[in-house]
Amino acid sequence: MKLNFNYDGNIACKAILQEQLEKLDIKYQLLDLGQIEIGDDVSEEGLTELQVSLKKYGIQIINNPKGQLIQKIKDAIIEIVYEKDKFPNITISQYLSDKLNFRYGYITNVFSEYTFTSIENFIIIQKIERAKKLIIEEELTLTEISHELNYSSVAYLSTQFKKVTGLTPSMFKRIVGKKRELSNND
Amino acid sequence: MITHQDSMHILLADDDEDDRTFFSEAIQELKMNNKLTLFKDGNDLMDYLEHPEIKLPHVLFLDLNMPGKTGIDCLKEIRSNTRFKDVSIAIYSTSSSEKDIEDTFVEGANIYIKKPNDFSKLKEVIKEAVNMNWQFHTSGLNIETFFFSI
Repeated sequence: MKLNFNYDGNIACKAILQEQLEKLDIKYQLLDLGQIEIGDDVSEEGLTELQVSLKKYGIQIINNPKGQLIQKIKDAIIEIVYEKDKFPNITISQYLSDKLNFRYGYITNVFSEYTFTSIENFIIIQKIERAKKLIIEEELTLTEISHELNYSSVAYLSTQFKKVTGLTPSMFKRIVGKKRELSNND
Repeated sequence: MITHQDSMHILLADDDEDDRTFFSEAIQELKMNNKLTLFKDGNDLMDYLEHPEIKLPHVLFLDLNMPGKTGIDCLKEIRSNTRFKDVSIAIYSTSSSEKDIEDTFVEGANIYIKKPNDFSKLKEVIKEAVNMNWQFHTSGLNIETFFFSI
């Protein structure tokens, strides 16, 4: 006897995912097609188990090593921008290729391909982000901030600040001040 | 924080049909994945945003001069609702006065675009604004101090 049937792959896939995740006691949330969010507390073992149990249904967890590399690059850059004293005599390119064990050329290519910006630009954005924090804290003068961030002069800091935000540091400070005043009045 | 594989959701409210078409063209030239939704004015946009089940956009472009609710009206309304605190708002305007720019940021805008007269320039400016916004969203930077005037 032959049976004919209709089926919906998406519904089937969702049901399998739900079943398996619940079986392994993993907290989850179904996102858009092909994506789920699971808690950060899931162990390496739990993930492997999930991978194995999904495999027999033809469902594969995509490991994204490039995505992980991007995160490592970003973390390393942020570390340098925030703790420059730890790295007195090293260029960022040298530091990244030593730490991540790849040629710098490879690192920059992967980075631009995935983030749509360059490492150089990312560094500038991070430095300006830190400058913003320091300006708002009001403990350092702009000259001191430019030293802290390894700029050769205040003028150079201001130029990069303007490039990233379109504003001068003092206009930025005024806007933040007024915004705070406004929210305090609410 | 979103990752680089995610798609960027963009909304635009502009009452000028040519401007909407033009904006769509600029967005199509972007390298990143994106999804654009268009609204013909501020009222239309605010009606849409009221629905609790919608997926919130990463960035919202508002034309300053629209009949009914203006860009500034929408900006104020959106910023008074914490549900939208992670949404970046870009205002585009014909004014380049420092006071207008400053006031718009104080009201809660993140991006201020001075409309250039030249179309190809405008395309570049839109792309640059979206790109900068993307860097903010994918790098976990502070949206409270995210200002970009171009």
